[in-house]
Amino acid sequence: MNKVKNFLQDNSVTLLFVILCIIGIQLSGQGMGFIAGELVARISRNLFLVLSLIIPVIAGMGLNFGIVIGAMSGQIAIIAVTHWQITGLPGFLLCILISIPLSVLFGWLTGKVLNKTKGQEMISSMILGYFANGIYQLIFLFLIGTVIAMNNPVLVLAGGVGIKNTIDLSEGIKYALDGLVKINLFNTIIILAILIIIYSIYKIIKEYKVKGFRNYKNIIVIAITVSIVIYGYASPSFNLVLKFINVPIATFGVIFAVALFNIFITKTKLGQDFRTVGHDMKIAKASGINVDRTRIIAIIISTVLAGWGQIIFLQNIGTLSTYGSHEQVGMFAIAALLIGGASVTKANNKQALLGVILFHILFIVSPMAGKNLFNNAQIGEYFRVFIAYGVIAASLGLHAWKKIIEAKRNKV
Amino acid sequence: MGKLKYFIDKLGVPRTIILSFFIVLSITAVTLKIPIEMLFSDTLVRFGMNGVMVLAMVPGILCGIGLNFGLPVGIVCGLLGGLISIELNLTGFLGITVAIVIGVLLSIIFGYFYGVLLNKVKGSEMMVSTYVGFSVVSFMCIAWLLLPFKNDEIKWPIGDGLRTTIALSDRYGKVLDNFLSFKIWGITIPTGLILMLLLCCLIMWFILRTKNGINMSIVGSNEKFAKASGININKARIFGTILSTAFGAVGIIVYAQSFGFYQLYQAPMMMGFAAVAAILIGGASATKAKISHVLIGTFLFQGLLTIGLPVANKIVTEGNLSEVIRIIISNGIILYALTKVKGGDN
Repeated sequence: MNKVKNFLQDNSVTLLFVILCIIGIQLSGQGMGFIAGELVARISRNLFLVLSLIIPVIAGMGLNFGIVIGAMSGQIAIIAVTHWQITGLPGFLLCILISIPLSVLFGWLTGKVLNKTKGQEMISSMILGYFANGIYQLIFLFLIGTVIAMNNPVLVLAGGVGIKNTIDLSEGIKYALDGLVKINLFNTIIILAILIIIYSIYKIIKEYKVKGFRNYKNIIVIAITVSIVIYGYASPSFNLVLKFINVPIATFGVIFAVALFNIFITKTKLGQDFRTVGHDMKIAKASGINVDRTRIIAIIISTVLAGWGQIIFLQNIGTLSTYGSHEQVGMFAIAALLIGGASVTKANNKQALLGVILFHILFIVSPMAGKNLFNNAQIGEYFRVFIAYGVIAASLGLHAWKKIIEAKRNKV
Repeated sequence: MGKLKYFIDKLGVPRTIILSFFIVLSITAVTLKIPIEMLFSDTLVRFGMNGVMVLAMVPGILCGIGLNFGLPVGIVCGLLGGLISIELNLTGFLGITVAIVIGVLLSIIFGYFYGVLLNKVKGSEMMVSTYVGFSVVSFMCIAWLLLPFKNDEIKWPIGDGLRTTIALSDRYGKVLDNFLSFKIWGITIPTGLILMLLLCCLIMWFILRTKNGINMSIVGSNEKFAKASGININKARIFGTILSTAFGAVGIIVYAQSFGFYQLYQAPMMMGFAAVAAILIGGASATKAKISHVLIGTFLFQGLLTIGLPVANKIVTEGNLSEVIRIIISNGIILYALTKVKGGDN
């Protein structure tokens, strides 16, 4: 009984959103096929950015609102590559390459500032994002064409000064990564199911050798997977819908690689340092870890990943809104991560995936749900913005509150 | 040279830059033959318009909640008060007075809960208050669509919900600006507006010298000492938060009567940031603030923006350079102030 209570308490935010999503899907009356298709596209373009948040959380720097700055370096790279008219996959790879030095530099500067504002990292990274946005606008609206020579009527505004508001990437890097390998959702599920079954059997055999047959968890996993596959083949309406949805396998491959990287790094010496610094800076210092340097490295990694994440996001969207694409990136990524059950001090890949799924289901269904409920689609739109802000406020508040209570307990 | 260094140290590097920038801009404006009287009149109006909202920062900083980025809580209360006074079909001075009274009453209620919340998140007030502000604004976006106002000036003529901007020209637009206003050397002095700001400052000055006000300042400057002298810390902080929220409500009404419109929906989102930047430019920090900082900061910040616009437009005709400069300056000064906050882990 206690276990159930603890589970409910620990996952209250996530459970609340599961319920909200179910209600939303019901109210919107939209078909599963539509929602699944939208969801696959949204996961593929947003999950990478959310994953870029995890390392600073481990290093105790909280939610890095400064990923906006990483997104800017990604966009700078895209503008450069579009200017040089390098298209397709080479263009995309060049974007990835160019964004690295920029992100490292910006990440280093961000880290410097955050080391000066210890204990207030989140608000500082947020304000730093706004500040950097000002510099970004100054450069691309006024310095291009006046200080930085750039003769390109496609990109530069008619007056010769400043980059245009929207840049069309359809002739450039659009779908450079998404279009590489595409398999429909039905086949993807089958392949995934086979992989899961193989992995589970491997686990069972491995544990069987050590302590006999005990592994019920993996048996259940296999049973569920097999039944899904059978249902998929048996129900034509189900598999027909899924066959119309294309899954960008290459993009998911890259996302999977980053998730592995996040796990891998925690097992290295550097990852251990992140944990120690995140747990207690004084202890870390006493045990000879260079605290400031470790924190800067964490932010640099996060910034580089965010830059790549933004490039992946934009190659899917296909149009770069020069002065808008990056602005909300941090807020939405952070809200998604928190909805998945993460907090200011704990975050992992699973929470990122779950959070992105829940947050974006809500995004997909809320306009229609708002329309059906209040006869006004605008309400749904505002509702999802409110959800994004509200969940961040609530979870920051809860975290700060818990911290105070713990401090009081430790005193007694 | 030594004197200059002392001066810069005392003022802070960013403030020195901003002050020099202001002086350079003023000289440029004169050499570009931009009518200086008009600029000065505009600066005065914007000084009066924004001053009360900046003043709302003072009790927040003094009571220890830091820079009150959650000012939109108060702003929304003020907007509600303003709309109710229009709904009651009031005009002129009566209209604006009723708006202020209702706005203040609402902000006492909401400010109380906001204060209770901030007491639960000590140490992270600034981050939490920022997002509480954002949440309140986005929640009110839904509310503006659903609230049952009847007046055609407030509602869209067709469809649901309230207008995005509500004109005040037939109600109490510019009543303060025009009250006793006069012209001297081509400069229009918005006497009523300035008097209103000074009155608010006087009220604040007075409240800070009452028992509650003194307690509040002690809590903000030294919590341990306050505890030792038997002051109820949480109560004092709630008092400061309510005060800040209430002045935010008055601030938006004063702002709107001069601007000529109430702006609903997303408009109040970033207003807290502008107020924070202004008081910091005036010399305040996240822990210390005086009423003089409000007056100096608002004048400098708004003056910079007013003079910056035509100058920037003369230099670069395309785009909105002064808006970009505003973003850089206001966030730069906030960032500078944050690096001066002593974190708990240091």
